[in-house]
Amino acid sequence: MSVTVTTPARRKNYLNADYGIKSWLLTQDHKRIAILYLVSITFFFVLGGVMAALIRVELATPLGDMVEPDTYNRLFTAHGVVMVFLFLIPSIPAVLGNFLIPLMIGAKDLAFPKLNLGSWYVYNLGAILMVAALLRGGTDTGWTFYTPYSSTFADSEVILTALGAFVVGFSSIMTGLNFIVTIHRMRAPGLTWFRLPLFVWAHYGTSLIQILGTPVVAIAILLVAAERLLHIGIFDPALGGDPVLFQHLFWFYSHPAVYIMILPSMGVISELITAFSRKRIFGYKFVAFSSLAIAVLGFLVWGHHLFVSSQSIYAGLIFSVLSMLVAVPSAVKVFNWTATLYQGSISWQTPMIYALGFIGLFVVGGLTGTMLATLGIDMHVHDTYFVVAHFHYIMVGGAIMGYLGGLHFWWPKITGRLYSVFWSKISAGLIFVGFNLTFFPQFLLGYMGMPRRYHSYPEEFQILNVLSSAGATILGLGYLLPLIYFTWSMRYGERASDNPWGAYGLEWETSSPPPTLNFDEPPVVTTEAYDYLAMRDKKTAA
Amino acid sequence: MQGESSHSWGLAHHFDSFDQQREASNLGMWVFLVTEIMFFGGLFTAYVVYRSGQGAAFALGSHELDITLGAINTAVLIGSSLTMALAVWAAQTGRRKAIVGFILATILLGGVFLGIKVVEYSAKFEHHLVPGPNFHWNGPEAPGVEMFFNLYFLMTGLHAAHMVIGMGILLVVAILAWRGAFSPENHNLVEGIGLYWHFVDIVWIFLFPLLYLLGRNIQV
Amino acid sequence: MSETITPVRTYLVVFLALMVLTAITVAVAFFELGPLNDIAAMGIAITKACLVILYFMHVRHSSRLTKVVVVAGFLWLLFLIGFTMSDYLTRGMISMQGTIG
Repeated sequence: MSVTVTTPARRKNYLNADYGIKSWLLTQDHKRIAILYLVSITFFFVLGGVMAALIRVELATPLGDMVEPDTYNRLFTAHGVVMVFLFLIPSIPAVLGNFLIPLMIGAKDLAFPKLNLGSWYVYNLGAILMVAALLRGGTDTGWTFYTPYSSTFADSEVILTALGAFVVGFSSIMTGLNFIVTIHRMRAPGLTWFRLPLFVWAHYGTSLIQILGTPVVAIAILLVAAERLLHIGIFDPALGGDPVLFQHLFWFYSHPAVYIMILPSMGVISELITAFSRKRIFGYKFVAFSSLAIAVLGFLVWGHHLFVSSQSIYAGLIFSVLSMLVAVPSAVKVFNWTATLYQGSISWQTPMIYALGFIGLFVVGGLTGTMLATLGIDMHVHDTYFVVAHFHYIMVGGAIMGYLGGLHFWWPKITGRLYSVFWSKISAGLIFVGFNLTFFPQFLLGYMGMPRRYHSYPEEFQILNVLSSAGATILGLGYLLPLIYFTWSMRYGERASDNPWGAYGLEWETSSPPPTLNFDEPPVVTTEAYDYLAMRDKKTAA
Repeated sequence: MQGESSHSWGLAHHFDSFDQQREASNLGMWVFLVTEIMFFGGLFTAYVVYRSGQGAAFALGSHELDITLGAINTAVLIGSSLTMALAVWAAQTGRRKAIVGFILATILLGGVFLGIKVVEYSAKFEHHLVPGPNFHWNGPEAPGVEMFFNLYFLMTGLHAAHMVIGMGILLVVAILAWRGAFSPENHNLVEGIGLYWHFVDIVWIFLFPLLYLLGRNIQV
Repeated sequence: MSETITPVRTYLVVFLALMVLTAITVAVAFFELGPLNDIAAMGIAITKACLVILYFMHVRHSSRLTKVVVVAGFLWLLFLIGFTMSDYLTRGMISMQGTIG
């Protein structure tokens, strides 16, 4: 691999290639579209975060003294819907994946640039529908839209929110389709499947879920909307229908959707761990195939959400066993990351702190997931804060740590600027501490029997709830800091070199920020991924 | 900014060759069709689940459908698939007028299909077989029969919506073909819409027996 | 990799086969064959779908990747229907309203 001569400043790149609002809104450059997505999802992350803050304020005291019970229902629904559909699912794929996959595979762009831009517009259309529903009073069904409540009884903006989720789903499908075709058809000469960065493998698995799962939830949501709108009874027991069928269709997507959130994050972690250990990943093929295994197995476990929903006990048994199997590829990843650290030349840069934080939090989230997959335990803690804590450890502790780690790692590449090392380390620490303080008490609360989705609770639960709310404050502060220093760095940050971390990969061989067509010379790949040893030898020789 | 490079006309800037572009377009279409399989799949699942619970009611429902019209429509749609396949063949072999002709024939047959569907729908409407407040059924198993018609209208309705979209795109492709936009090495659009149209045909190939035929043998 | 062009004759033969199969499936539906009715109807539908996929959609001459994509699509549909039915078929005691037998 050739070493690019750094010529910082004033070089033509994708950011200064063209100016004006039109050059952004009509762009077909995957890098600019990634920035558009970054702006959109950051907005919704803040919105969802405000909802979370309101929830935690209400729960600081046992009495429901701040909002009405009905308002509380609408609050946690909005928090869930916004965070899941408008932030977590698009977060890493649509921002980092969009930006990096063509760079990592040495392509000029994704296979379908117009489709890529279209997906952003579709996403925003869906988001507008959801925001409109919010402004009209919100929805009170929870983000899961369970029938028969959503189809028959709920007296809130179910249809608008559901349609919003339906529309956003299509943007997710568009992204997934684009990635699959791009990874198959656009790789640089010499870039075989087993030379791909693991980030790309993880996104391939993610895309499989997006295209295979999303249409099913789309039709399920459409059926709920149809049932409300046309007064027909698809899930109505009076017609021999079954409300639980909705849960089947919903979780066929929505369980794998958890892997849409966590798989890209795992891809990021593989990049970070190798870069900051200066080592080739331990067991490349195992890590690569574990992404696919998680994507496939993830489709066969949805019934563990239905253990107490009149699902047959025999089906429950099958789903329970299959759910535990997902732990195998997940553990493969964790073991291989830690094995990669072993005897590595570890440097404590900010992205690495996020990566190590991810591993710890993901292990907690994953192991409690195995507990919940056990029929007997789930009967006890179903719909308690134990479940809430578990999935936040995966979605926030896992997915968002990975997202932020990745953002800190590739920020110099994306913007061509460096951010404050000091403040970024502070924020990484605050987030780790704040996160644990927020959600670990919820495990205990759930185990003691505190149900989710209530705005008041018995007094003996107060201490743990106050701890949780205090943690949320720290967590919120931790999230606020990057927003500030990233914004600051865009204008005042020191200019970044092409490869500020000394990391391995095609994206580091082009300039920071990259030119519109990504590479001045079409790259040819002749080496394995993460070949840090060869990289070091070459440097020493030079 | 795009497409002004030294590439030959019709090759997007980010592809290296027509082959790469064609393979990407073809794979993209297939992946899209997989999402369509899963989209209809949710309804097929609902059908299987509910039919397994109330086979007798579903048999009663299927007796209300006009098997002759259903069979004719099956033939019409398979015919449209043939003309679509021939349109793709015409594009591969560079016959400009034949592309247009076969696509128009496909649109025409699609129109016939939808016309017959309208006749069927209006008959159901007159007989109060449209689910909802106006649904009325004198015989036994009324709830189950209503569920059957729920699924009948949702499945055939979604299918018909796909046909309308397909016919719209076909019309655009026909105009492009008339203007000479396609060549033997670059006719991805014709091929893509062809795959879509055949997929819509396949959905009907399953809908026809599921809705019209199963349960016919049971005497009611 | 250039395209394989299927001759027009093949399309016509496949079309005829599809028509014959349609006629057979309609005819069979009127005879009382017990569970064989359902099996015949679905078997013929699957055969017809395969003909369309292999010939009209050119999968017979497509890359291995395309074949994998097609198979995966239907496999996932089977996952959806199969695992959902694993619930409904084993609920046993709980019968849905309107169930026969």
